[in-house]
Amino acid sequence: MADAEIIPLGTRGRPGRGSGSSRPSAAARNLAGRANPRGTTATPAIPATEPTTEPPLAGPRLPTQQRAPQRKQHPTRPDHTDASHPAPPTGPPTTSGTTTRDRAPAAGRIPFGDFLGAFSTAAREVFGEGWEPRLAEFLAFLRRRVSGDYQVDEFGFDQEVTDRFFLAAVRPLAEKWFRVEARGVENIPTSGGALVVANHSGTVPLDGLVTGYTINAHTGRHLRPLGADLVFSLPVVSEMARKSGATLACNEDAERLLGNGELVGVWPEGFKGVGKPYSERYKLQRFGRGGFVSAAIRTGVPVVPCSVVGAEEIYPLVGNIPSLARLIGVPYIPITPFFPLLGPLGLVPLPSKWLIEFGEPIRTDSYDEGAADDPMLVFNLTDQVRETIQQTLYTLLMRRRSVFY
Amino acid sequence: MGRVVLVTGVSRDLGGRFARIAAADPSVDRVVGVDMVPPRGDMGDVSFIRADIRNPVITKVIAKEDVDTVVHMSVVATPGRSGGRTSMKELNVIGTMQLLAACQKAPGLRHLVVKSSTAVYGSSSRDPAMFTEAMEPKRHPKSGFAKDAAEVEGYVRGFARRRPDVSVSMLRAANTIGPTISSPLTQYLRLPVIPTVLGFDARMQLLHETDLLEALRHATIAGVHGTFNIAGDGVLMLSQITRRLGRPTIPMPSIAVSQVGTAIRRARIADFSSEQFDFLAYGRGVDTTRMREVLGFTPDYDTEAAFEDFRRAVGPGLVSSRRVASVETTAGHPGNGAVNGIPRGSRG
Repeated sequence: MADAEIIPLGTRGRPGRGSGSSRPSAAARNLAGRANPRGTTATPAIPATEPTTEPPLAGPRLPTQQRAPQRKQHPTRPDHTDASHPAPPTGPPTTSGTTTRDRAPAAGRIPFGDFLGAFSTAAREVFGEGWEPRLAEFLAFLRRRVSGDYQVDEFGFDQEVTDRFFLAAVRPLAEKWFRVEARGVENIPTSGGALVVANHSGTVPLDGLVTGYTINAHTGRHLRPLGADLVFSLPVVSEMARKSGATLACNEDAERLLGNGELVGVWPEGFKGVGKPYSERYKLQRFGRGGFVSAAIRTGVPVVPCSVVGAEEIYPLVGNIPSLARLIGVPYIPITPFFPLLGPLGLVPLPSKWLIEFGEPIRTDSYDEGAADDPMLVFNLTDQVRETIQQTLYTLLMRRRSVFY
Repeated sequence: MGRVVLVTGVSRDLGGRFARIAAADPSVDRVVGVDMVPPRGDMGDVSFIRADIRNPVITKVIAKEDVDTVVHMSVVATPGRSGGRTSMKELNVIGTMQLLAACQKAPGLRHLVVKSSTAVYGSSSRDPAMFTEAMEPKRHPKSGFAKDAAEVEGYVRGFARRRPDVSVSMLRAANTIGPTISSPLTQYLRLPVIPTVLGFDARMQLLHETDLLEALRHATIAGVHGTFNIAGDGVLMLSQITRRLGRPTIPMPSIAVSQVGTAIRRARIADFSSEQFDFLAYGRGVDTTRMREVLGFTPDYDTEAAFEDFRRAVGPGLVSSRRVASVETTAGHPGNGAVNGIPRGSRG
């Protein structure tokens, strides 16, 4: 993935096939126009460089076309200094062996030049100034995906698609929609294994995705979430979960990930937390059996408590259809003020303001080997983590001025 | 004193190859191959005895030949070739029982090597990412080869309890792949269009065929007691495998997959039995720490290299990398393609 071959695209503004020679090939000259068979015409050159020589240009497109030649002198193309491309768009090319000056486009010919001009302008809009290497990089990415030439780790984590697709998809949600404000990011270890323990809420477990994104944005590390059984038995969801680095919440996998020095995320409340009614918001549910604490003790990694405020309000759960849920085999069927009343529109999460605070790490490496099998110690540590998160939630709620800003 | 090794299932490809490898080993005196049908091709120094392991005659063979090591390789995965599921089960389970009964009566026996499979771990959504030897399957296999293998392992454990003086090496081999081997997985991957389970992408850990034979040889010589996962490092996703093969896939809902699978089996295109569809959805990974540290064996190929060797033998599929490159040159390669306004084909 690192050494993707980047192919320089385009002709660097010269007419012809991009061979680098000043004269285009015979084939290109033949193609360019039968009106003047003696070779003074050329292929439809990039019209952005000589917009005035292209009669079929429509009026409305002119402004974009005129902007283009000035960008052509951007320093990203240092070799592009020959006289064939003077800055004023009115100047006819002088040194190039071929010109487009006296080329009168035949009626009914396909305006390749127009298309290309539109294409390069559009590419510049989408990819920015250095669009050629970026487009080439994107094509290389596409080729790797199609030919399967990428790596996954033993859990099925596909870093390339996570970086390029999943994290990119969560970014606008986290930054523009929920306007996540992260505190205590320095408490996340920059290397080595650590267990991030967070509260779970919001009917749809978006908090896991957003927490993962926030950690990645601030530390560059990938959070490896531990997911419920249900996640891995649902089609599509299970595939995406594995690719984005999640694995089943079981002690074996947790210890394996922590032992490999990964940053593991766990939501011990599980469905009790995500599916709790809105009236019980920010009340932490029972923290499972404390399996996450024993995994941390066995591997000697710190526990980082993480409190998320704002996720409770995205889909306020006001009702549930337990009988239907049992029938389908899911933990709950949510009823929110907008779902299923407004149909698909009700699936849009409310734009609450999110605060995510990472607390001080709780070290576990001072305990000896057998401590993980001491239930009292495990329960005490679990309670300590739970209390820390609960207190931080209250503090953050006091500090928050409103749900939405 | 040299060793006398008895190998079951030598008429099948892997059994025959292993028998020849064992015979070539300097620490092995003699190799006796046993099967119901004579092996095809040259067996080298291997002496073949035609015997059915489901028959008590095997006791006499072990006693007469002074066998000190038994390598049991005739747990088969393909019902088609062994004459249907009923006879496959009989061969696997009853055959193993008879063989173990004979082994128990052989005072000179020192080592027993059993080729089992990681299929005993089953495949389910609740599996841990990597199975160690100590873990139990989350969902016990209910039918087919996986169930046979689990039952065989049960009998072998029973034998190990009754004969503590015999060192028993149980090798759980991951899905074996390679240019020559024919297994349900390789037959499946050789389909021109590969049906997959919609919305699932299995993790697959593979083992190269030469590594399997080498692991068996190593276990035969070393005689380390215990159960070991034998697999190459790393995993490939099924989607990655099909893309690298360049074969198009048809994702279909899990209910339809078993229907299509049955049709494929009836048509004798691929011998893929129903319990293996779970594997196509969830896949399986195994931990190989014990293989390296206790058994002392390191495979030459990791999963990716083993698959690469298989891919070379299979040849390019419909979506080969060469075709991808040519499509790219035509459509997406603005250096010399249509994007620059010059149609393809006009190039000098």
